[in-house]
Amino acid sequence: MTTTAVSAPVAKPGAGMTVAIFPTCANDVMFPETPIATVKLLERMGCKVVFPKAQTCCGQIFTNTGYYDEAMGSVKNFLKAFESYDYIVGPSGSCVGSVRHQHEMLARRDAGDRIGDRVAAVTSRTYDISEFLVDVLGTTDVGAYFPHRVTFHPSCHSIRIAHVGDKPQQLLRAVRGIDLIDLPDATTCCGMGGTFSLKNPDVSVSMAGDKARNVASTRAEYLCAGDNLCLLNISGVLNRTKAGIKPIHLAEILAQTEGDE
Amino acid sequence: MTSTELERLTPAPPPGELVDSPRFQVSARTSLTNTQQRANLKHATTTIRNKRARVVGEVADWQALRTAGEQIKNRVGRHLDEYLLEFEKNFTEAGGIVHWARDAEEANRIVIDLVEQTGEKEVVKVKSMVTQEIDMNEALEAARIAAWETDLAELIVQLGHDRPSHIVVPALHRNRAEVREIFLREMGRYGTPPPDGLDDTPVNLAGAARRHLREKFLRAKTSTSGANFLVAETGSLVVVESEGNGRMCLTLPQTLISVVGIEKIVPTFQDLEVFLQLLPRSSTGERMNPYTSIWTGVSKDDGPQAVHVVLVDNGRTNVLSDPIGRAALRCIRCSACLNICPVYERVGGHAYGSVYSGPIGAILTPQLRGLASDVDRSLPFASSLCGACNEVCPVRIPITDLLVHMRHKVVEAKKSDPPHIPHTAEPQLMSIASWVMADGKHLAWAGKGTALVDLILGKGFKVKKFGPMPYPLSRWTDARDVPMMPEQSFRTWWKKNRGELA
Repeated sequence: MTTTAVSAPVAKPGAGMTVAIFPTCANDVMFPETPIATVKLLERMGCKVVFPKAQTCCGQIFTNTGYYDEAMGSVKNFLKAFESYDYIVGPSGSCVGSVRHQHEMLARRDAGDRIGDRVAAVTSRTYDISEFLVDVLGTTDVGAYFPHRVTFHPSCHSIRIAHVGDKPQQLLRAVRGIDLIDLPDATTCCGMGGTFSLKNPDVSVSMAGDKARNVASTRAEYLCAGDNLCLLNISGVLNRTKAGIKPIHLAEILAQTEGDE
Repeated sequence: MTSTELERLTPAPPPGELVDSPRFQVSARTSLTNTQQRANLKHATTTIRNKRARVVGEVADWQALRTAGEQIKNRVGRHLDEYLLEFEKNFTEAGGIVHWARDAEEANRIVIDLVEQTGEKEVVKVKSMVTQEIDMNEALEAARIAAWETDLAELIVQLGHDRPSHIVVPALHRNRAEVREIFLREMGRYGTPPPDGLDDTPVNLAGAARRHLREKFLRAKTSTSGANFLVAETGSLVVVESEGNGRMCLTLPQTLISVVGIEKIVPTFQDLEVFLQLLPRSSTGERMNPYTSIWTGVSKDDGPQAVHVVLVDNGRTNVLSDPIGRAALRCIRCSACLNICPVYERVGGHAYGSVYSGPIGAILTPQLRGLASDVDRSLPFASSLCGACNEVCPVRIPITDLLVHMRHKVVEAKKSDPPHIPHTAEPQLMSIASWVMADGKHLAWAGKGTALVDLILGKGFKVKKFGPMPYPLSRWTDARDVPMMPEQSFRTWWKKNRGELA
């Protein structure tokens, strides 16, 4: 583990790139610190960040509950808001995964191949923050400093829909001062599942309880994930047990530098 | 039915039809309170999925095998009519007799007639999912024919007046102490009793079952089975199993009646090489299953001399007509999706109100039975869409995509219900939310509303987290703390700190 006191000078691999931030609707309203951190991080990487104001939501709450027609407003609006950008970046494996995996299917079903092709093009330029940093900017060391005990929950949609793989862990391992603890049964679902948690609350709470116990067993200070709604679910249960483990989004750790502490 | 007046021949299963089961969420709640069953399920599913992971990890070309399995089964779907006729021709030429059944009722009628023609009053059974699906045992019972399960776990289920809770290991929800109790209580009533002083060690329980079953194997003149595969090219049936009970049923009796779903076809004998690698490793975590039986019509003076196949549709052609939903017909009943599923692990198979449980049951059953019943409308929602099942499926069924597809079909069905059928306000809420999310201006406007609520709650009452919320949000807050909304949204921060909006 690197604990060098002096951070390496941060390269600017994003210099000359314009990135459209897709904070996602839940982060915009409930967890603004996460997209704020994403913006600061991208700017530190040299990117110019813009916020397309027409944007709303990925629409997965509709899609995954079976409301395809109701999801189309979000799909068309995503196209309208982001079509003119080369890079669209959001801090959520789940929302980015939904955009990439579901928008094209919905668009072709509803409005045919003409809009389907356009939607396919814009969604293929949409990245989770971890993918953008590792795959597009080609960096795992973003110059972050976070001297804390952290355990990481790889959210289901980030690994199985967006397929971000171990990019978040690669980024975390390069953070200075971090003590990264393995989470037992890390890839097991926390039970959030969008409307699943409302439609099957008992099963959902049981899953969240097991996840919270595994998190507590790490004795970490922070539980990190790439999706805030999973964190909301797990920490909602953890809070009742007074475990004292704080939820934090990946982007917020990566945005921290030595001067912040 | 005459059986209501006469004493039953076989142990009675729980009353009622599976399709009339309560909604999944209701049954799941009940299952969760059964702590013994939850412990049994957790232990069993953890053991099997770890075994599976080990033996799958040994196969260097596992992903290529999965793709091959997917593609072979897709080809079967595209040309099912041709392959079925090819199978019929080859099986008939080898001395077998093929029967076609549109639905459960036709299939059961055919089996009853065939057994009655032999003059026998009992059959021994090889474990079979499709005979569970058509409820064949109860149809035979009503015709005064006793159907005896001979798979150890199916025997435990049958003697326990129970229903299977898993596709491959149907007594997964029972531990050995419970098995011992069932054997002591029931075995003697239906045949050879257990030995005196039976304890609950696995070897002694298996010994008791062996003695009990041997009497039936040696007596029975007629047997029934399913099949894991039908080979079109050769007209062969294939059964894979672990206990040898299948081999007994397939070789000792004079008449063999196999009931098989029409999707079980594989085109050529060589295709078996793919599936005989995929199936045992995915299902029981074995490199190879102990017994593989393959038969092609009748072998003169060897084994059963009257060999029948009943090919069952029972909803399968409806599934095939849906270009997305048909992927579920690729299923080879390995149960890897059940064993990996965090929802199944907690509630077990009975909560699904269906012979097919777990993730595959949630996509297959509502397609086979349709969306008329409460339970079938609830099954596609019995998942957090975590996708663990997608990764283990040996024929690469995109289970979560099909769950979402079926949810859409449920929503469409609900929307076309006649107005007197009561529904929740979900469609109206979704409509309103859809309007909000269709335009950034709408969302900004709605955001001001929530900010106002927050202002009143947060500033007015100085609370840090939301208190108890009204139904249905109470389903969340009963077990979880929810923090208050932040003071400013990201949008507001951006305007203050970055200014221009693109």
